[in-house]
Amino acid sequence: MRISVDPAACDGFGYCAELVPELMALDEWGFPVVSQHEVPGELLDAARQAARACPRRALLLAGPVQEELKAR
Amino acid sequence: MPSIDLWYTTRASGLVALVLLSGTVVLGILTAGRARSALPGFARAEVHRRLSVLTVVFLAVHVLTAEIDTYVKVGWLAVVAPFTSSYHRTWLALGTIGADLLLAVAISSALRQHVPARAWRALHWLAYLSWPVAVSHALGMGTDSKLTWALGLLAVCTAGVVVAAGWRVAGAHRAKAALPRTVIRARRSIRSRAAGATPGIGGRP
Amino acid sequence: MNTALTTRRASRLIAPDALHGPPTLEAHLRRYGPLSLGGGPGAQGRDRLLAEIERSGLTGRGGAGFPTARKLASARAADRPALIVNAMEGEPASAKDRLLVGTTPHLVLDGADVVATVLGAQRTVLCVADSAPEMARSLVRAQQERTGRGRAGDAEVRTLSGRYVAGEESALASAVAGGPGVPRFRPDKSVALSVGRHAAVVHNAETLAHVALIARYGADWFREVGAAEAPGTCLVTISGGVECPGVVEVATGAPVSEIIGLARLSSPPQAVLVGGYGGTWLAGEDLGVPFAPGELSRLGASMGAGVLVVLPGGTCGIQETALVARFMAGQSAGQCGPCLFGLPAIADDLAAIADGTAAPEVLDRLLVRCGAVAGRGACRHPDGVVRLVRSALEVFSADVASHVHGYPCRGRAAPSGLMAQSGLMGSFRDGWGR
Repeated sequence: MRISVDPAACDGFGYCAELVPELMALDEWGFPVVSQHEVPGELLDAARQAARACPRRALLLAGPVQEELKAR
Repeated sequence: MPSIDLWYTTRASGLVALVLLSGTVVLGILTAGRARSALPGFARAEVHRRLSVLTVVFLAVHVLTAEIDTYVKVGWLAVVAPFTSSYHRTWLALGTIGADLLLAVAISSALRQHVPARAWRALHWLAYLSWPVAVSHALGMGTDSKLTWALGLLAVCTAGVVVAAGWRVAGAHRAKAALPRTVIRARRSIRSRAAGATPGIGGRP
Repeated sequence: MNTALTTRRASRLIAPDALHGPPTLEAHLRRYGPLSLGGGPGAQGRDRLLAEIERSGLTGRGGAGFPTARKLASARAADRPALIVNAMEGEPASAKDRLLVGTTPHLVLDGADVVATVLGAQRTVLCVADSAPEMARSLVRAQQERTGRGRAGDAEVRTLSGRYVAGEESALASAVAGGPGVPRFRPDKSVALSVGRHAAVVHNAETLAHVALIARYGADWFREVGAAEAPGTCLVTISGGVECPGVVEVATGAPVSEIIGLARLSSPPQAVLVGGYGGTWLAGEDLGVPFAPGELSRLGASMGAGVLVVLPGGTCGIQETALVARFMAGQSAGQCGPCLFGLPAIADDLAAIADGTAAPEVLDRLLVRCGAVAGRGACRHPDGVVRLVRSALEVFSADVASHVHGYPCRGRAAPSGLMAQSGLMGSFRDGWGR
């Protein structure tokens, strides 16, 4: 599963970097930088929680299941 | 059935709901305003959400006990329709309005994934309105508002909300001053041309 | 300087006599001949037109240089899409679309007709910037001569806010749909743009003018001149330290040094900004490079919107770049944090270096910020600024070193207003400054 940020939707709340610091960091202006796009198995739940926690729904998770859901 | 216990429960749960609502509003302001705190941002947002659930629970107890208690006739319609009760008509109406607003906020937030972002944000702003409405209802209904400790409690809640709101407004001005001038001009010119655009940074309730 | 140039001005889109006299339909037909949306009626005819465009190898002239036939082919899959003609000319250093629409609007409208036919478009929208009302007037006048002849006569002319990013494809589609006119995040470019319920496709005005000629004279004719990878001619706006700034039409693949020579140089140029404000600086010794995609990309540059800004000797390239960077920072749509905050920070750092007030750490910080900002926006605006700044730091590295150590550089103390001049290109109407 790949993690990415919708930069237009993102407002720099930073919850994603709090919840999955292994995958994301914040730049000097408080906006997320994805340090690792591929989500390892043990972080899948944390990544999903981070996507749900984002107030702007700017954290995107794309994997086989997600793509299938989007295609519907 | 008339019961003094129900009557006390109504009054107590009402006060508790108001205190919880005040706490919810303060946390909401701090979250949206990105206040720095020891608690991480996502955790504070979560506490805000759970407090709001508790608020709704106590509000439900407050409304239900008031209905079941036949000591005063409130009428089931008055739960959602204001100005339909003969008991303390106006002050009760305020309570109804406050409850309606909170219900709209609660339902839209529970279904947040399915509600369009702009609609959710507009509804969430109603939460700001529900607070003074609820305080007026509490003061106007009168039963406990003559008691010093109750008034003291309300004063503390009011102080909290006013300070938080003041901080937020002042912070917004400070944040604008910190943005580079080129940026402010750019955003102003975009906003003036775009009606109903999704707000960027600084456009949250 | 009197080297014999092998590059001559081409005259497919812009003939010298077209610069005088009103652009009537009659004059247009006299010059180019009739346009038959030929090949036969119905789907066969449309297929033949598309095949001809594909054979021609035409690439977009709006900046991205994407193969036009491929764009059309994927848009055809949609049901009755909308055709959006981009005549916004958001690039301040470009005046080509203004010249084209002013002197041969019928060619642009012909091209719109051809593409609308190929796509089965339900609607055509011609977009111009509010800063250029004469372009709207020219199009409307030309349309009035064409009512009843082809769809472009019924096309809608929309005047939109002319901010820099407003000309970006998804921003334009958003504006046409009545939205905020800012770029949309499109991680998957193959997903079509849309206006309302219909798919939409955006084409630059100059690209459509070439389409109109291909439909008349064929792909073989089109390929007779120009580079193999991006054949035909292109409109180039030359400005800066030249005696005759303006728009020229040249075959693609002509050396940059010869193209700028057409605008008459009084002295050898120090450097040339290629592509636009989000483009790349080329050093004086690299100017022999052919103006074609593959060759330019080896130097980290691209044709962009057909822009060449000449930096004369004795002018500080860092100063000029700092001005452009500040302008571009102000043009951010304000949607994405890295662009909204990063570009002003980059502009400030570069300005400090240009003023000579920056310590060496500022240079390091600038490079780090460039790396942090690129690729993190919804559109390519921050990437363009980063490319501009990085190329400036490289090409003017000697000046950078002087500035950072507190020494004056070879340029003047104050900016020459070069960029301000190129920014005034928008007010150009005819081909040569007279």
